[in-house]
Amino acid sequence: MQPVVPEITRTSVTNLINKGERTDGRALDQYREISLETGVIKKAEGSARVKIGNTQIMIGIKPQIGEPFPDTPNVGVFMTNSELLPMAAPNFEPGPPDERSVELSRVTDRGIREGKIIDLENMVLIPGKKVWMIFIDMHVVDYDGNLMDAAALGAMAALMDTKIPTATVQDDEVVIDYENMQPLPLKDKTVMCTMAKIGKELVSDPSLEEESIMGARISIGIRSDGTICSMQKGGERPFEKEEILKAIDMAQEKTKELFKYLPES
Amino acid sequence: MERADGSAYLEFGDNKVLAAVYGPREFHIRRFLKPNMAVLRCRYNMAPFSVEDRKRPGPDRRSLEISKLTSEALSPAVFLEKFPRSSIDVFIEVLQAEGGTRCAGITAASVALADAGIPMRDMVVACAAGKSNGQVVMDLSEWEDKEGEADVPVAIMPRTGEITLLQMDGQLTKDEFEQALDLAKEGCMKISEEQKKAIKNRYGGD
Repeated sequence: MQPVVPEITRTSVTNLINKGERTDGRALDQYREISLETGVIKKAEGSARVKIGNTQIMIGIKPQIGEPFPDTPNVGVFMTNSELLPMAAPNFEPGPPDERSVELSRVTDRGIREGKIIDLENMVLIPGKKVWMIFIDMHVVDYDGNLMDAAALGAMAALMDTKIPTATVQDDEVVIDYENMQPLPLKDKTVMCTMAKIGKELVSDPSLEEESIMGARISIGIRSDGTICSMQKGGERPFEKEEILKAIDMAQEKTKELFKYLPES
Repeated sequence: MERADGSAYLEFGDNKVLAAVYGPREFHIRRFLKPNMAVLRCRYNMAPFSVEDRKRPGPDRRSLEISKLTSEALSPAVFLEKFPRSSIDVFIEVLQAEGGTRCAGITAASVALADAGIPMRDMVVACAAGKSNGQVVMDLSEWEDKEGEADVPVAIMPRTGEITLLQMDGQLTKDEFEQALDLAKEGCMKISEEQKKAIKNRYGGD
């Protein structure tokens, strides 16, 4: 059975937020402590561990040479996948990815894809036949709310950490030189900012408790120049237009902070 | 449709979408049951013959995501709290696809919910806007969606204008986004009239 949030929790958290306060003492637009490490998995060509509060995600990047999709023969391929590990929360079950996990991967993927972050044109070895394929795998290890922002930040950091082997084409054959690793070609950076609607307010970086009582949430992906590259509403209550425009302003402001956790170039 | 409690068929441009509703009925899966309200479950499915290259039957990641979003888009309008421990099941079948099927699915599904006699605050309606060739336009076609710069599907409750579904992919500035949102809402209001017409045709009255 889905847990019922006690009415008293709902009321007290909401009342507090309507007064501009939160149960963990944060300001409405304040993130929990963020930590980001890269290069944490030696066997992966790029990796990152990201923590936002107690939420923790491990991200690994594996490149592989493969065939491009028939309708896009002249660009490389990347795929984003996520697993909500059963160890991360009591209500995560083993088995095939459920809707939550699919949404997490697809929203993260969309931010990177629509933001045109990876230079896919530069990942073609033999047009139509051989291209680099980049797999972004995200393991949710500990779940305490706001997976979207953690996943986007971690995936971006892991991509920036990625080194792929040099590949050259000789007589229609791909030769891979593992001795000479080079950075994955990237064109820009993106991060994501999620806000939850609780009571009359929008709060940044909702915790698990806040997510359990929120009406709705909105996740906004922003590129380094401030343009919006993806957006996703979630939750079972509606938003008003003004709230969404306010959320965009908050996201454009907050992402400036999040970008600081990523390396310079 | 004969067996379903409510159903609707929508042609929207070259999109052909069928929606059916069962429920409120007893919820068998204990794990997802909510003791204080009904759960609105949704299954969005594309027929293998609905698109140019045959789609492999069965759920893929895209349809799973759309199913979740559709359920979240419809839920705010339904008095779920009237039916504890039960489920309302919405099935959406895309028979022919030509861009904007998730919006067509939501639009058809809320008519089917009304046809099933499920108490609702409003009839949710959806429409997309986007940017193609540098211009913000309403209701992208399949081609505009693929070649265009951005796509913003929106669902609203037309009486209050509240937004129940919002996605965006592609790159937009805040001003362009606001324009797209307004345009999508305008589209929604037009389609909403068609929804009401469909219900009136079936049941009469004003």
